[in-house]
Amino acid sequence: MNKTLDQKQNFLKGILKENPVFVMLLGMCPALGVTSSAFNGLGMGVATLFVLLMSNVVVSLIKSQIPNKVRIPAFIIIIASFVTVVEMVLEAYIPFLYEQLGIFIPLIVVNCLILGRAEAFASKNNLFSSILDALGMGLGFTIALTALGATREILGSGSIFDIKFVGEDANTFILFILPPGAFIALAYLAVLFQRLTPKTS
Amino acid sequence: MMQKKESTFLNMALSLLVITLAAGFSLGYVNDITLEPKAKAKLAKKVNALKTVLPEFDNDAVSEVVIVKPESAKDSIEIYPAFQNGEFVGAAVTGFSEKGYSGLVKIMVGFTLDGRIYNISVLEQKETPGLGTKMKGEKFLRQFRDKDPSRYDLKVVKDGGEVDALTGATITTRAFTEATQLAYNVFVEQKEQWAVNNEQ
Repeated sequence: MNKTLDQKQNFLKGILKENPVFVMLLGMCPALGVTSSAFNGLGMGVATLFVLLMSNVVVSLIKSQIPNKVRIPAFIIIIASFVTVVEMVLEAYIPFLYEQLGIFIPLIVVNCLILGRAEAFASKNNLFSSILDALGMGLGFTIALTALGATREILGSGSIFDIKFVGEDANTFILFILPPGAFIALAYLAVLFQRLTPKTS
Repeated sequence: MMQKKESTFLNMALSLLVITLAAGFSLGYVNDITLEPKAKAKLAKKVNALKTVLPEFDNDAVSEVVIVKPESAKDSIEIYPAFQNGEFVGAAVTGFSEKGYSGLVKIMVGFTLDGRIYNISVLEQKETPGLGTKMKGEKFLRQFRDKDPSRYDLKVVKDGGEVDALTGATITTRAFTEATQLAYNVFVEQKEQWAVNNEQ
């Protein structure tokens, strides 16, 4: 197969064919927990994208130096360090977002999407492919979280990115900003996503 | 391509040591450079809250803070006195309640000299977005302004008071009113130390 085509596939798979949220159902904790509004989903997606990109870069660079039996603790230390960096930077420069995401920032560490990409991809591929993989997966995750957040915000609060389009006293589907609504919205979005993406088998 | 390191005891210990060391030092470095902006962000938030809850003032309220710990409260409470041209015009008092839907609700209540609420600002909360978080909204806060808690019953209507609860977030409203009441009690207790000077 053509090499550039290969790399394009490598990037696109995270957004479509192997979308972390809608297809692989990875990283469900933040995907369900913080997506009560479109902005929160976007913020969480971007924070995760950054951690994923950095951990993929580092893991791919030092993969030959990590003995096989300790690779998981090594990956976790790398991921946890970048998450802590994100947490400190957000608190210092974007305190508003830091407050919104709260407990879910430290929990990026246990997002199985990031460890999964380090284990399944970055530790076996070169730097360039790993960067593309992280960008694709991270974007797929961000898009999915923003879509889920937007859906829940529109139905639950009658607004999008905090711009209200119904009256202050309007009755909205409060269910959708509560936890059960996250599951319901995710299920319907996943179905819709499966419907719209081309099948390749 | 380089050969993968073998999993001998020495190799494993060494590689983990190097990784943890590198991680530790880089985190220390980032912590150092974000320390100041973090403190600044916190201060800016406080100053902003003070400006929204107090009538116009010209002193450095942040540095004149008085911290008290009432017996009935679990945590200490901060009081920021405000002066305009040397006259005591009011104070901002932090109040909190742990009875929110997801625990702590922390607010700052500004009182004018005569004990009426000037404005309220929410400092910390973890309430449900779209429900409890509406306590930050103008529509909810409006009902507290200009009210004197000694004559205005700071309780939800359902509990026999006068506060209109947020739709679907009565628990949040209860926590909010409890925090406001706490702030008021502290203000009444403490305001004398500044108000006395006004008459001289």
